[in-house]
Amino acid sequence: MQVYLDNNATTMVDPKVVEAMLPYFSEIYGNPNSLHKFGTASHPALRNAINKVYTAIGANDEDDIVFTSCATESNNWVLQSVWIDHIVNGDKNHIVTTEVEHPSVLSTCKFLEEQGVKVTYLPVNSEGIVEAHTVKSFITEKTALVSVMWASNETGMIFPIKEIGAICKEKGVLFHTDGVQAVGKIPVNLSEVHVDFMSMSAHKFHGPKGIGALYIRNSQSLSPLLHGGAHMGGRRSGTLNVPYIVGMGKAIELATMNMPETMAKIRTKRDRLEDALLELSDTFVVGNRENRTPNTILISIRGVEGEGMLWDLNNGQIGASTGSACASEDLEANTVMLAIGADNELAHTGIRLSLSRFTTDAEVDYTISHFKNAVARLRNISSSFAIQKPTKGGEVLECELHHH
Amino acid sequence: MAKADMLGASLWDAYSNKVTTLMNNPQHQGEIFEADAESRGHKLIVADFGAESCGDAVRLYWEIDPSNDTIINSKFKSFGCGTAIASSDVMTELCIGKTVQEAVKITNIDVEMALRDTPDVPAVPPQKMHCSVMAYDVIKKAAGLYMGVDAASFETEIIVCECARVSLGTLREVIKLNDLKTVEQITDYTKAGGFCKSCIKPGGHEAREWYLVDILADTRKEMDEEKMKLAADAGANGKFEEMTLVQQIKAVDAIVDENVRQFLIMDGGDMEVIDIKKGDDYIDIYIRYLGACNGCSSSSTGTLYAIEATLKEKLSSKIRVLPI
Repeated sequence: MQVYLDNNATTMVDPKVVEAMLPYFSEIYGNPNSLHKFGTASHPALRNAINKVYTAIGANDEDDIVFTSCATESNNWVLQSVWIDHIVNGDKNHIVTTEVEHPSVLSTCKFLEEQGVKVTYLPVNSEGIVEAHTVKSFITEKTALVSVMWASNETGMIFPIKEIGAICKEKGVLFHTDGVQAVGKIPVNLSEVHVDFMSMSAHKFHGPKGIGALYIRNSQSLSPLLHGGAHMGGRRSGTLNVPYIVGMGKAIELATMNMPETMAKIRTKRDRLEDALLELSDTFVVGNRENRTPNTILISIRGVEGEGMLWDLNNGQIGASTGSACASEDLEANTVMLAIGADNELAHTGIRLSLSRFTTDAEVDYTISHFKNAVARLRNISSSFAIQKPTKGGEVLECELHHH
Repeated sequence: MAKADMLGASLWDAYSNKVTTLMNNPQHQGEIFEADAESRGHKLIVADFGAESCGDAVRLYWEIDPSNDTIINSKFKSFGCGTAIASSDVMTELCIGKTVQEAVKITNIDVEMALRDTPDVPAVPPQKMHCSVMAYDVIKKAAGLYMGVDAASFETEIIVCECARVSLGTLREVIKLNDLKTVEQITDYTKAGGFCKSCIKPGGHEAREWYLVDILADTRKEMDEEKMKLAADAGANGKFEEMTLVQQIKAVDAIVDENVRQFLIMDGGDMEVIDIKKGDDYIDIYIRYLGACNGCSSSSTGTLYAIEATLKEKLSSKIRVLPI
């Protein structure tokens, strides 16, 4: 059995989505901007897809939803264009964001800092979220933008976007949210939540990779990131990616129709998996279950290093992920785990399991069994569980390798 | 960056088969207990290196026959990724049967080489080299415990890059000999900084005592100072063209003080050196007249000629004096 539990990284494209996309490769292939019928033949499908995205997130007809190549582009666009419009060509100089945003937000903020912008990175609290009153206390009259993710990719924790939106509206500060982990997992209704800009990405909800969107409230101004042939009403140039827009429309429709039922099913499986793994001694899961996206578990297993655990899971044909990183280029501990106040020792022991609507009960059972075996094997090797104490003078008191 | 870098490499695919095999089934994983070792008339040494909070920790066990310092048996425990476990396993394998004095000569390169499938293909990708370095460090620590000396005493020179085992002395020498100006050049010449990159600058995988950026800056500064000293010596030998700007200004001032200034002051004036510009054919000395000299008719004729002639004679025939 193969079990894919890395759905916060990307998802399988729903075969129904592929089916919806197929006619728009070799049958209906015209450029939608052309005057002839080859071009206009795609219009009904595009209009349909646009309607589906508007409906799915509760957007108003006065709002814009601009298709982009991915959420990274959407995030870059908002941050860089707010910088151009309100900082370079305005009197603001400050952006508020969080320490746990996606790299496409954090790296862009670092870039803007190099250009002289002041950026405040808010830490998360012990529950793994940034509280609205914290955001409020850092907004100044120089603040151009607040950018806070709707839900965390690592922990699944849901941020108080409605409250933060209300604060930004009251203060007259632009508000952007990276909605990548929220759309398709939890209700997102922008007619009830004040958000100026929201980024999203189709491949997180069983759509194809390479297509995303940016929601822009009330069609407000935002300089384009990509200049060119003035596609999408001049907001984003580049020939419309017809099959992928159709795919994103279909995917968001499937992900949001019957969401309460679908998510309840995923949540039941997730909770069963989580409860079973928590039967292991010396484990804990980050964040309150009720305030988490219903598919996500970030579990810490004392004495088991994250990459070693991923290795064993992979040997059992289970795909998971780790926020901590013996694996990645930088050996930093999981910043979210440190932020929520986990002991340093646990910051390298996080394993993230993220389910989807395609995850089956049999897969959950298989995962529970393999996971427990892997923990038993690695704890048997682990120095953390060794009995014989080091010779006097052979102990390690401080981290000798890297100092945080 | 090039075509090969366009798709990020798969970390695990870069592991040798030996790494994979030992990770899945380490041969020397386990513990040796003090009571058991003693009952066999042996001494047990147990050393830790790293910590869970670092993301890597290893505990090395040596059962030593004190009559001949031979490591009879060795085991390990590890909190770490696959390469950490495989490196620890090979490390214990390399220790068994050696005397403590021999074991202490095992380097991280030996550990990494032992993990290779073929001699010329690295067993692990660059960012995993630190795992073999941990093996090296914990051996030093165990040997230090047994011999009752500080582990640092086994290190005869300061190692800046643990992965490529490049010493401070080598780095300084190579920078000087080849007039290296960038860290990239240092990596090209010595491989230092080419693996885990921790030693390049603060903020990498590990905090280090020495960083290439600092060593480069310090060595460059030292090289500049040497150049200055050469220039100063040249100045002492009267080679005006080879002096530094400051030396030249001082030399000009000294000549002016000695030969010119007294006459200017007698007339109620003075002068100061503003700048010296070195061209291919001329050395232009820019001066400014002060007091009565300022606007005096001879300041652009006779006086100027006298100053220039004096400086030419005393310092360099290339000198031109230009009042501003």
